[in-house]
Amino acid sequence: MKHIKAVNQKAARIEAWVAHEAEQTQPGDLDVVGLESRPPHEQNGPHFPLGCSLVFAPGWEADSAGGTAGLCQPVERDIFDCHLSCFWPAHVPDQLNHSPDWTSKCASAQKDWRKLDLIFP
Amino acid sequence: MNASVIIDSETLALREFHPFKANGVTYLYMVPSAGIFRMDGPSDAILETLSKSPKVKTELIDELLSQFDIDLLLETIDELIEIRAIGDIDAPKDLVPNDLPPAGFPLTTMVLNVTNKCNLACTYCYEYGEDKIVDTQYGDQPRFMAEETAKESVEFLLEECQGQDVAHITFFGGETLLNFPVLQDTVAYARRRAAEEGKRIEFSLTTNATLLRPEIIEWLADNQIGVTISIDGPKEVQDGLRVFHNGKGSYDVVEPKIKELLKRHKTRPIGARVTLTQKNMDVLRIFRHLTEEMGFWEVGLAPVTTQDQRDYAITSQGKDNMLEQFEILAQEWLECALNDKHHGFSNVKDTLEEIHKGVSKAYGCGAGLGLMGVATDGNVSLCHRFAGSPEHIIGSIKEGIDRDKQEEFLVDHHIASKTDCHTCWARPICSGGCYHEAHVQYGTSSHANLHYCTWVRSWTHTCLEIYGALAEKNPEFLNRFDA
Repeated sequence: MKHIKAVNQKAARIEAWVAHEAEQTQPGDLDVVGLESRPPHEQNGPHFPLGCSLVFAPGWEADSAGGTAGLCQPVERDIFDCHLSCFWPAHVPDQLNHSPDWTSKCASAQKDWRKLDLIFP
Repeated sequence: MNASVIIDSETLALREFHPFKANGVTYLYMVPSAGIFRMDGPSDAILETLSKSPKVKTELIDELLSQFDIDLLLETIDELIEIRAIGDIDAPKDLVPNDLPPAGFPLTTMVLNVTNKCNLACTYCYEYGEDKIVDTQYGDQPRFMAEETAKESVEFLLEECQGQDVAHITFFGGETLLNFPVLQDTVAYARRRAAEEGKRIEFSLTTNATLLRPEIIEWLADNQIGVTISIDGPKEVQDGLRVFHNGKGSYDVVEPKIKELLKRHKTRPIGARVTLTQKNMDVLRIFRHLTEEMGFWEVGLAPVTTQDQRDYAITSQGKDNMLEQFEILAQEWLECALNDKHHGFSNVKDTLEEIHKGVSKAYGCGAGLGLMGVATDGNVSLCHRFAGSPEHIIGSIKEGIDRDKQEEFLVDHHIASKTDCHTCWARPICSGGCYHEAHVQYGTSSHANLHYCTWVRSWTHTCLEIYGALAEKNPEFLNRFDA
């Protein structure tokens, strides 16, 4: 760190840890890629992202090329698709009583899904 | 945590830390990590701006752009995010870690209660007084620890201190020197056995000094036994509560003996341990008497452990008064430290050492983990203050530590279980405080010592300021705490 100075022994350890983490982390590592990456044996074939096979919303799981870039609905919509339109109780906060404002910062799931935070009791 | 996780559109807010000033410079005591960081102009300005209200990163930069260069601001913001002084307003608070210490955590300090008999009858004594938790008078425990029990305790320590080269035995009582023959035998035996195991054992004891005589003093010096003397101060103070069974004060008996001890015993520093009560609150006079007139190298002062209704229990005004005087001594300590001189106020030194290391405790102390007390009958308790209390036994020297009971204790007393502490910035260093104090005050050892919260925060803040002053003006001095 160039501006803030670590003074005691614990601060020095924090500084070393931060430097170590920065070395280990590549810029792309921090994004969420679970729905985009493919397992090694499927690198060239169609990729079907995680999703619910009981309710088939066309254009939801895969686009015409077998990827997720051109979906008619964003993959992030699965959060809402499951708990609104499917019989399966998705693990979302109770928006009637406990967390009425859970989605208040998420006007568009595709754009704002990062703002759907975890709920701590 | 990496700075790049924060996107420009997210709102930044202050996270958990306790700020303090030294020499006009802002320092942050990070909670719960206990790291200490020194701020500079831009970081100070960023924290100041965010303390008024959380801000989106771009707004924050706009507001400070007239004072600082943009690259400097961006780098400083990243650094503040990295040390978690600031962060996304919606990011969850760092939870209190709930990890138990690793299994087989070594026992490094064993306190042997070699007797529960005492030749004094100090009014406030937690072993004999109104707040005692063990029936030391009519209970079925032996009055003295047998030589055989002491030797088995040594074996117990050697077995349980695995992986450690050095272990400590502290002799305690009652009045420790009432069982001097067992002390002598135990030290000789422990030295021999430790050498056989390729380890070293260090010894210390606490005594009221009434039974010191030349041959005992010789033995203490020759064997490099660390000695702590329980003494409350000058004659009128000492004779108030530290009395013999017939009510006679003990000052005249102990004073020449202590002077003799200090003259002869130079192999280990000798400290005085003062119990402060509502009836003896003149901290400065007590300290001066014990250091300047009596010659103690170090003096540590601790408030009496008792219930509020006792007439010697310290009132809340009394605590304020005590704190004010502690602060005066702390400033004196700082003046000495700035000039590389010794000052005997050990309360400051002990706290500074923890601050320097950045100790962030899960437990108020090492009792039941790295430290245990052995009662005269060989039962092992959390610490010497609980020795002999059936409720607090966690093993015996013969059968070893009862790991189930120990784990139950470690779960119940963990900082994660003390929800009152979770919003306090002083929790890394306090962690709820003394179990015995809690037991006497609230009836359970796992309770946080809420009656001392304000006191602990004020005292910790004072010690942080002293630490900062040393970091500014005499940073080399802090290397003394490196070990």
